[in-house]
Amino acid sequence: MSQTMLVQGNHACALGALAAGVRFFAGYPITPSTEIAEILAKELPKVGGKFIQMEDEIASMGAICGASLGGFKAITATSGPGFSLMQELIGYASLAEIPLVIVNVQRGGPSTGQPTSPSQSDVMQARWGSHGDRGVIALVPSSVQESYQLMIDAVNLAERFRTPVIFLMDEVVGHMREKLVIPKTTPTIINRRKPEPGELPYAPGPDGVPALPPFGEGYHFHVTGLIHDETGFPTGSPEVTEKTIKRLHQKLENNMDEILRYDELHSADAEYLIISYGCSARSAEEAVRMAREKGIKAGLLRLISIWPFPSDLIEEKCARFKKVFVAEMNYGQVTGEVTKVLGRSKVQPVLRVDTQMITPRQILEAITREGN
Amino acid sequence: MKETLKKYFRMNRLPHIWCPGCGNGIVVGALVRAIDKLGLNPDKTSIISGIGCSSRSSGYLNFDTVHTAHGRALTFATGLKLARPDLNVIVLTGDGDATAIGGNHFIHAARRNIDLTTIVFNNNIYGMTGGQYSPLTPTHSKATTSPYGHIENPFDITELARASGASYVARGTTYHTWELINLIADAISHKGFSVVEAITACPISFGRQNKLGNAPAMMKWQKENTISVKAASKLPAEQLAGKVVIGELYRRQAPEYTAEYQKVIDRVTGGNGQ
Ligand code: SF4
Repeated sequence: MSQTMLVQGNHACALGALAAGVRFFAGYPITPSTEIAEILAKELPKVGGKFIQMEDEIASMGAICGASLGGFKAITATSGPGFSLMQELIGYASLAEIPLVIVNVQRGGPSTGQPTSPSQSDVMQARWGSHGDRGVIALVPSSVQESYQLMIDAVNLAERFRTPVIFLMDEVVGHMREKLVIPKTTPTIINRRKPEPGELPYAPGPDGVPALPPFGEGYHFHVTGLIHDETGFPTGSPEVTEKTIKRLHQKLENNMDEILRYDELHSADAEYLIISYGCSARSAEEAVRMAREKGIKAGLLRLISIWPFPSDLIEEKCARFKKVFVAEMNYGQVTGEVTKVLGRSKVQPVLRVDTQMITPRQILEAITREGN
Repeated sequence: MKETLKKYFRMNRLPHIWCPGCGNGIVVGALVRAIDKLGLNPDKTSIISGIGCSSRSSGYLNFDTVHTAHGRALTFATGLKLARPDLNVIVLTGDGDATAIGGNHFIHAARRNIDLTTIVFNNNIYGMTGGQYSPLTPTHSKATTSPYGHIENPFDITELARASGASYVARGTTYHTWELINLIADAISHKGFSVVEAITACPISFGRQNKLGNAPAMMKWQKENTISVKAASKLPAEQLAGKVVIGELYRRQAPEYTAEYQKVIDRVTGGNGQ
């Protein structure tokens, strides 16, 4: 039987992780993500999993790297300042191709910022927070139900592509209570591929993804944060360096069909298109409804996978619009990406950085202004 | 190298990158002999290192190995050991790696008393980056970042480990090789967080700046300035001044983290936890 409950997004996220087969959590408490740790501290031992509260966020990242190398599906959860501390080892996990999920329940920043207020200001930190060029997957849920479902996808994508996946929640989605329906069907679970006999640990498969053997099974392989060749050992070779850096991007970019996730509302006949994501998309959805009531044909393109940035999708969906609105709760982080694709004249930002939820009216007003 | 020990090395990764006269090889040799002595299953043994000269050793050893980020070896090791208590997890780290950037992780791993063995290669300096002072650089020594003489006080790793909760603490040197093998073997056999400080000579980055002579001269220093725990116990404090005590310094039986966590699993699952 399916199970229905009234829970917070953070709770749904933790349950999604468990359903995806996550059996290890390491983290450090930080508002507004703490419930994820608290729930997993309680639930993991019940399924033979392990929870540990580490001394800081850096240690948490190290611990989930270690657990993942041990063959466990592992996650951590944090918020902006903690996410900053994790960046060193997020880069490590990217280069060493260790599958993990990092949940960032965003709060207002910079610095300690606004701990209990909503914000979407870590979109760029998710992309560029760690040093060096690396590929990255980031997913953004908009509802409690989606926090559950998408978390399973996040864990699967991490295993599938041997990469850290950023689960970019926000305070509103994390703390809002909604109905969660846990389907009775068991979800599709992806497990990392083990190498075939003779296959080198860092030799990419045809899809650009190498196989990862767990520790303790006699593979005796080496993991390093230095640029390494297919044997896993460091090399100073410019050719190998270039090949590796490109592959970290291309293993994701070339498999966008597996990563790309988005949702549309009334976009087919729309005259005005709003691009939004996460909690802002909730307001955008309402703005679309209000606009339609007034006879204004508005539509919504909701981004769910935000990195790699869906440039092709945006180009295709926005070609016929004179103006596209980007609604987000930061100083224009996704607006900048959309502008890269569509050009400045075509993009109208609807932004909010005052700790208050972006409202449907604010978005509607922007559309109406443009229409007049 | 003894033929039977070759299986513990990735022979194709040798020769190592260490300077002539460096003590790192002696510590790694002692580790391998300790592993051999204990008959550890290499498939069930993981070696995790940080960053620095000594931390390069993980790449030379034929086990599952991780060369982590600077200071973070113990965090990876904690995650791996908690996830996989069936594995022997050995951490190789330098003095700067373990007690500066990794200092917080070091005291907390000790506090948890998680069953890891940490070998701290103490060469008193940052070798790989060219001789900057570390938290183990003796006061008044020269380093590239203390050109007028070091004014800070060094940590005593063994005291730090003990005060933080480690349940086995020992100190050895690269001069006292056979004893070092035994100390490392005891540390690995010990159930709980064990620390072996291995005093090792860095003739290139530390020795040269401080005019300590060549590698044999630095080994001689180890011989002449150390005293065994047993001998030390018979001497009054004033005669021990300036002497470095070596041997097993501390050992206690205490609840170990992964075993305690397993008890939690057993309790909440009624004994049905995997
Ligand atoms: S710098 Fe010192 S510690 Fe590093 S390899 Fe050379 S001698 Fe050894």
